[in-house]
Amino acid sequence: MRIHDIRAGVSRLVRLPLRTRAQIDADADAELASFLTERVDYLVERGMSPSEAREEAFKRLGPSVREASVLLHHSARHRERRMNMRDLFDDFTQDLRYALRTLRRDARFAIFAIAIVGLGIGASVTVFSVANAMLIRPLPFAAPNRLVWMPNDGGEGLSEQTLQVNGVLYMSANNKSFDAITGYFAFSSPNDVRLLENKETVRLNGLPVMQNFFDVLGVKLLMGRGFSAQESAWNGPKAVMLSFTTWKRRYNSDRSIIGRSLILEGAPTTVVGVLPASFDFGAVFVPGRHIDFFTPFPMTAETNGWGNTLSVIGRLKSDVEIAAANAELKVLGARMLAESPRMNTFKPIVMSLREHVSGSVRSALIVLALSVGVVMLIVCANLSNLLLARATTRQKEMAVRVALGAGRRRLVRQMLTESLVLSVCGAALGLLLAVGGTRVIAGLTGMNLPMLADVRIDGFALIVAAVLAIVAGLAFGLVPALQVPSTAVHGALKESGRSSTGGNRGKVVRSSLVVSEIALACMLLVAAGLLTRSFLKVLDVDMGFKAERVASIRVDPDEIQRSSQPKFVAYVDEVLRLSRETPNVQAAGLTDGLPLGGNRSWGVNSRESGYPQSEWRGAFVHIISDGYLAAMQIPVKSGRDFTAHDDPKSEKVIIINESLAHLLWPGTDAVGHYMRAGGDERKVIGVVADVHHVALEQKSGNEFYMPIRQTGDFSSVDLVFRARVTTGSVAAAIRTALKPIAPGLPGSQITVLQDKVDTSVSPRRFMTVLLAGFSGFALLLALLGIYGVISYTVNQRTQEIGVRMALGATANQLQARILRETLSLAVVGMAIGTVASWALARTLGSLLFGVSATDPITFAGMLVVLTIVATISGYLPARRAARIDPMNALRGS
Amino acid sequence: MALIKGTLDVLVLKTLSWGPMHGFEITSWLEQQSGGRLDVTDAALLQALHRLEERKLLSAAWGETKNGRQARYYKLTASGRAFLRAETVSLIEQFDTLSAILTMASATR
Repeated sequence: MRIHDIRAGVSRLVRLPLRTRAQIDADADAELASFLTERVDYLVERGMSPSEAREEAFKRLGPSVREASVLLHHSARHRERRMNMRDLFDDFTQDLRYALRTLRRDARFAIFAIAIVGLGIGASVTVFSVANAMLIRPLPFAAPNRLVWMPNDGGEGLSEQTLQVNGVLYMSANNKSFDAITGYFAFSSPNDVRLLENKETVRLNGLPVMQNFFDVLGVKLLMGRGFSAQESAWNGPKAVMLSFTTWKRRYNSDRSIIGRSLILEGAPTTVVGVLPASFDFGAVFVPGRHIDFFTPFPMTAETNGWGNTLSVIGRLKSDVEIAAANAELKVLGARMLAESPRMNTFKPIVMSLREHVSGSVRSALIVLALSVGVVMLIVCANLSNLLLARATTRQKEMAVRVALGAGRRRLVRQMLTESLVLSVCGAALGLLLAVGGTRVIAGLTGMNLPMLADVRIDGFALIVAAVLAIVAGLAFGLVPALQVPSTAVHGALKESGRSSTGGNRGKVVRSSLVVSEIALACMLLVAAGLLTRSFLKVLDVDMGFKAERVASIRVDPDEIQRSSQPKFVAYVDEVLRLSRETPNVQAAGLTDGLPLGGNRSWGVNSRESGYPQSEWRGAFVHIISDGYLAAMQIPVKSGRDFTAHDDPKSEKVIIINESLAHLLWPGTDAVGHYMRAGGDERKVIGVVADVHHVALEQKSGNEFYMPIRQTGDFSSVDLVFRARVTTGSVAAAIRTALKPIAPGLPGSQITVLQDKVDTSVSPRRFMTVLLAGFSGFALLLALLGIYGVISYTVNQRTQEIGVRMALGATANQLQARILRETLSLAVVGMAIGTVASWALARTLGSLLFGVSATDPITFAGMLVVLTIVATISGYLPARRAARIDPMNALRGS
Repeated sequence: MALIKGTLDVLVLKTLSWGPMHGFEITSWLEQQSGGRLDVTDAALLQALHRLEERKLLSAAWGETKNGRQARYYKLTASGRAFLRAETVSLIEQFDTLSAILTMASATR
């Protein structure tokens, strides 16, 4: 047979098959033996006696036979090793060149495949990088796994989760589990610190920290020193440390800043240190916020009097586990309370700092990781399908190569090389996308997510991309590669291109790939659907206030305005009068804090309870003026709002929310009753609706409001106004109006309430947008997958369709037939997908809000969307089939 | 006559340019051509053959000698032929230069 001749001729005569060491040695010995024999024969022929001839042959050999044999073993082994390696490499470069040539010839396919893989790997690497920053990469402190978060086990509000100064001192002095304990003031609010610079006041973010704060975290200062003991004392010399970005932006990285005096809060304050760039307090402890200044927090009787104020961080001794530390603190806490019964609740607990920082995002990241996994599976299924389609059209080419002596293994390797080339190019594209994606994510501001700025592509991410490329390349290349014909070479060569299909088996493989694509897309759609519905539900939550066109300006009174009660009341009156006279202000009032920001709580109880020492209920405290409720549009349910006459001279009054009213006076109207909050007994004059103060998703707890003219217990004053037009222009007008009494109002800083709402839902939005993107991509791929398979079958069956038409089938019947086929694939996929989603939706658990994991609307919506997509992708090939000219089709073979 | 380094390879390739041969045939051809003046041990020759095969300048296969024995036959590959051509030119040039210099008459004092 001719083909056999070619085969024998072209196949690798050069190469002996792979051999063992012993075989190679034996081969070399045989060669040596034959050489010697030949020489002896030759010499005998020339007339030597056999023994003389042997003598001469050994002499000519040079070394002894044994030595020569060792030398030849060595050279032969070396030869085999090198040749095998070179063969592998040659095969690979040959495969690679061949693959590149093939792909260039089919550039449209290659570009499409690379784009799909690129999007898949890009998404995966981006999500991985986010998870890497938030969960994997160690926190930017020394030995971060020894750091623990030590909240008070008191309740939901910040006041219940923080610790009192004396408690922290007691713990530090008496524990055996910690190397050190430190903490920071938990109630600093944005724009706390006034800095006077060039006769203008700017408001910046300050944070009071304990003296040993940076030591305990292991932060090495960029320059300068930490706070001294005197500076950390009550009314000690004023000192401040700058964050790196503040030093860089505000002071142009001026190295002579140390020792300079800044006017902070109206008093000269010495700059003692600058923190390193790696230390971003906000990213770790208060995501979405940036701290400019660190000041010392005195641990004294005065600060102890403030109640629970400290967020506490400990460094565990190297041999102490969290459980042991917890046990010790339980004992210490109880002892402390027994020794000083007048203290606040003191139940410190220990958890890893990592858990505190990233715990809340872990489940979301796991869901995201699973989702990109699903996306990658869909990508692989899709490419598998495309390559299969190509493999069937390339069967002739393969048959020719088999005929020319290429082994099946070699062809499989060739196919895998092709898919690897695709996936590696895809990974390169994906990395580019991921670099862009991580840049965008790291640059997001106003996001309530930890370590966001640390999201970047690092070596770890590169490894992930490489592994993904290889695994994906093998995964989607394997099925098509195994379809390489081993037999039936002649059949494939003889048959015309059109009818040489992958046969029934190929179709089953392709259909099941499409079915799994649909099923996987189902799962993503359900996840995205559930999250979107949760997101909408969250946005729909009745927060108790209305955020549109509401903004606030910080209007803290200065030292003189605050020096006496009459002066302060006059200031309040004047601020309110001037701002209300400003055009386009619908309502305005004062508050010590906006919702969705910080919170603090005090103990309250009703007069009826007799105020027993042990039974104080925690409630969130707000200090407000008249007009605040109107500006926020918090409805008054019963009684009245504060007025300007609720001042120091009139009866002490209080407004409570419905939850607190229900708690203290269940079943009756609370108005007119008396209660205690913050020391004084006050008369309840109004009940207002609950407000979601902590988070949109979180039901509001007990709250009360005190008139600002009747208390001095607030750390900041914000003017809240509802504008008739955009808030920005009104804010500027108010600022101008307030110039006479508050000349130092910062230039441009206003807080738009809607921004706070947006920040509060930002993690959820982030998650929802990502998943929606993934499922859109999945849907597109599923569409292409279905389209590919159906149009392929239509092509394959042109003849059959021609026959049917010739026998009288109408175009409509044919079209319906093909659509039916499409939909049956889709139905199987959707059935599997629905069951799988049903089972997996539970993992979304805590991410859902207001919808159940088996929300029928989401599932129904997913089925509708997929049915539509399947119909569209089946319709196009069906229409083509219906237009086939039967005569052509029949002649075509 | 001891061989200059690297020339054995070229001589072997040259020998094989006459056609496939086994190890002893190569040796005896070289001995005849040089009139027995070449000082190459048989072990060195066999090693050279392995080396050249490794570099794909030669290919090898077991075959039968005219005496009916098995022997490893070596054949010049295409790259071996090209290598031989290039090396021959460069060696001849080297020797020409060397002999021109070395045979120059010494300057008289």
